[in-house]
Amino acid sequence: MNRTYELMFIVRPDMADEDLEKLLSTLETTITAASGSIKAIDRMGKRRLAYMVRKFREGIYILMTIEGAGTVVHELERRLRVTEQVIKFITVRIDEEQKRLDKIKQLRESRKKVSAQPVVSAEEAPVVPSEAPVADAPAAV
Amino acid sequence: MADETKAPSAPMDRPSRPAGDGPRSGGDRPRYGSGGGGGGGRSGPGGPPREGGRKFFRRKKVCKFCTEKIADINYKDYRLLGQFVAESGKIVPRRLTGVCSPHQHRLAAAIKQARNIALLPFAGRAA
Repeated sequence: MNRTYELMFIVRPDMADEDLEKLLSTLETTITAASGSIKAIDRMGKRRLAYMVRKFREGIYILMTIEGAGTVVHELERRLRVTEQVIKFITVRIDEEQKRLDKIKQLRESRKKVSAQPVVSAEEAPVVPSEAPVADAPAAV
Repeated sequence: MADETKAPSAPMDRPSRPAGDGPRSGGDRPRYGSGGGGGGGRSGPGGPPREGGRKFFRRKKVCKFCTEKIADINYKDYRLLGQFVAESGKIVPRRLTGVCSPHQHRLAAAIKQARNIALLPFAGRAA
């Protein structure tokens, strides 16, 4: 049962870049070991926190998109909890929401087509059929 | 003639509430005071477009998410969510913002997620 999750976590602001890369690669091995896969990693950079977390006022935000079963998330969260540098994390399941959004998008597009088509046909229909193509052709060329 | 008599009667029927007892009902009910409409509440809110009473016309609030067709209310979009969080950090009730019920539901959930990951404050301004 594959699901898509979004994992956002914050690491301490004084973390070096190479340490961060190391952390990310260890997380990747954790995920792949649990038969999951990373879809995308977005390093959102340093940002001020809305409130103090472990005596830090800012942190480095990282956003990951993960695919896999729930056990992947379980293992990943356990790992993050133990990791000292990670000060906060949140995992959100996004596939259901994505499905909903796609449905809405599809619905809107289908509505657009329906509303657009009658207008076009109504304009074309009253015009004398023999004249319309002749008038259109020079304008197009 | 028949048309003329019909036309004025149709709008007269609808705003029956503020027509006669406009000043009274407007006076004792304070309404949610987001706008500055307290000053000259002579004509009732949403009342008939009388001459002179137009200045303090209260606009009907509409759901931002419905009108702008924002389908995705996401916790990452803290700028959008911030519009619905009061100075104190509280989620603004929808009777003030005009957000519709389904969207307020999603909005509240998203704000709580954003708070969890320190994108929005639990209390007070974002430090």
